[in-house]
Amino acid sequence: MIGEACSRMALDILEGLRRAVELILSGDPSVLDATLRSLYVSGAATFLASILGLPIGMMIGSREFPGRRLLRGFFNALLGIPTVGLGLILYLILSRSGPLGALRMLYTPSAMILGQALLVLPILVSFTANAVENVEREIKDLSKTLGASELQASLTVFREALPSVSLAVIAGFNRALAELGVALMLGGNIAGLTRVLTTTIAMEATRGNIELSIALTIILLSIVFVLSSAANVLKEKLEG
Amino acid sequence: MPPLMSLRDLVKDYGEVRALDHVSLEVEDGETLAVFGPNGAGKTTLLRIMAGIEAPTSGRIYYRGVEVGGKGLAELRRRCTMVFQRTVIFNTTVYKNVAYGLAVRGLPQNEVAEKVKDALNLVKLKGYERRPARRLSGGEQQRVALARAIVLEPELLLLDEPTANLDPETASIIEETIRYMNREKGTTVVVATHNVFGMGKVAERAIFLMNGRIVEEGSVSDVLLRVSLKDAGFSMLDNIFVGWAEPTPNGTSAIDIGGGVKIEASGKRRGRVTALIPPIDIIISKKPLDSSARNVLKGRIVEVSEAGSTVRLKVEAGRVFTAQITEASLKEMKLNVGSEVYLTFKASSIRLL
Repeated sequence: MIGEACSRMALDILEGLRRAVELILSGDPSVLDATLRSLYVSGAATFLASILGLPIGMMIGSREFPGRRLLRGFFNALLGIPTVGLGLILYLILSRSGPLGALRMLYTPSAMILGQALLVLPILVSFTANAVENVEREIKDLSKTLGASELQASLTVFREALPSVSLAVIAGFNRALAELGVALMLGGNIAGLTRVLTTTIAMEATRGNIELSIALTIILLSIVFVLSSAANVLKEKLEG
Repeated sequence: MPPLMSLRDLVKDYGEVRALDHVSLEVEDGETLAVFGPNGAGKTTLLRIMAGIEAPTSGRIYYRGVEVGGKGLAELRRRCTMVFQRTVIFNTTVYKNVAYGLAVRGLPQNEVAEKVKDALNLVKLKGYERRPARRLSGGEQQRVALARAIVLEPELLLLDEPTANLDPETASIIEETIRYMNREKGTTVVVATHNVFGMGKVAERAIFLMNGRIVEEGSVSDVLLRVSLKDAGFSMLDNIFVGWAEPTPNGTSAIDIGGGVKIEASGKRRGRVTALIPPIDIIISKKPLDSSARNVLKGRIVEVSEAGSTVRLKVEAGRVFTAQITEASLKEMKLNVGSEVYLTFKASSIRLL
């Protein structure tokens, strides 16, 4: 029995692989649409989170100020926030009767971008803070004794932390790309508007289109894999 | 001419701990000053303050007669450079590491390339420009760090234990380079060390720090002599012995250094002397060596500690001697704490103060 089930699953996966290749080659518009939207929404979210998260991370990693530990603990705790929980909170805030209901953001890509940005912000802050903290004192002292100004020394610290920071950005993007809760709660999986890879996979699976779900999953995994590999190459380049 | 740097009544507190306790010191232009002292004496703190990367809790710093503080610190940092005990290397190529200080000063590329090349030649790392610096060995990294400092031709070069934990070959390259900078470029050198044999030999003048205070000041041999006469001095410095010397018929002196141990040193001396034996000059063997060396002692290893690619052994042979051998010979001889060994060293290896 179990053997049979396993071989059926293997067949499904193989079939999914075949469909994935087919779908990619055929340029199926709905798949392409969901893939591009996934990249756009998660990319924009990561960008937003980076603009905010990298400076906050650098500050936490390099300066002493009151409440620093508390702030750090706060972001560390948020690392593991359930996506659906965050989605729900934002849903309540953005829904018609919520405090920001007037913005009419719910079920738009903007809402998804906002949600995913908040989701990955803690990753960027915590990882950047760690990376900077690890090199801060030694590199700053060294830069200064070699004649660097305060600003030049800070830039050097950031540059030394950059390989780790770039990994944080990729990790953030991957988390955004792969999450379902926020996309579903704030986007609503509306075809042609807010449908992304993860929401399509969930929907197709419940409809019984297992092969299609697997095909989409393979596309999703490929993106994550390619990006992570590129990040590693970049990291080595930066360290070269 | 005012001294290059003078420190007046420096105090540095880290919370409850007083790292420097009313230190006053003058550093003359062009001299080499050794800062001796045990670990935790305040040597590093003193150097960091002189380098302008740490502010004293109180006290004044004058550079060429002008008081330094606030914005002056940045100017001070452009004229003097510190090489840290723990080697810090930028995560990039050797070239970019060495070029860093010149780059932040905005020097033109071709001038930078020229200077970097010269500096790398000096520390015997010719052709290493494009290598990733973090992949080099510890000794090579320390040479990169030194090249990165001397390429700036600083007026004052501050070195914190520049040869600690290094193999003898690297240590001598570093000593050579520092000597060259001092003699040929007129660089003033302040070197903190607890090794009186390496850099200590190069210096003309020394201070001895203990618990954040300067307890001795003068010529290197005077300072070592006076420190060795204090009880505390013995335990802090390796292979320094005080004893009574009698001339022998061979033109040497026999010195009773206590613990039933007599050693023979070059030169006829009578009376109280301080003897220094470089750890690297002591040969360790499991059987007595067939050698012309005048000193052969039998002892037992009481401590083994790593020092870079070499190993330091403390051997109890009536008195405790420190010897430095390679890791390979430690393994080859299968030595461990408790092993019985012979110490062999020449009469001419012993330096008498």
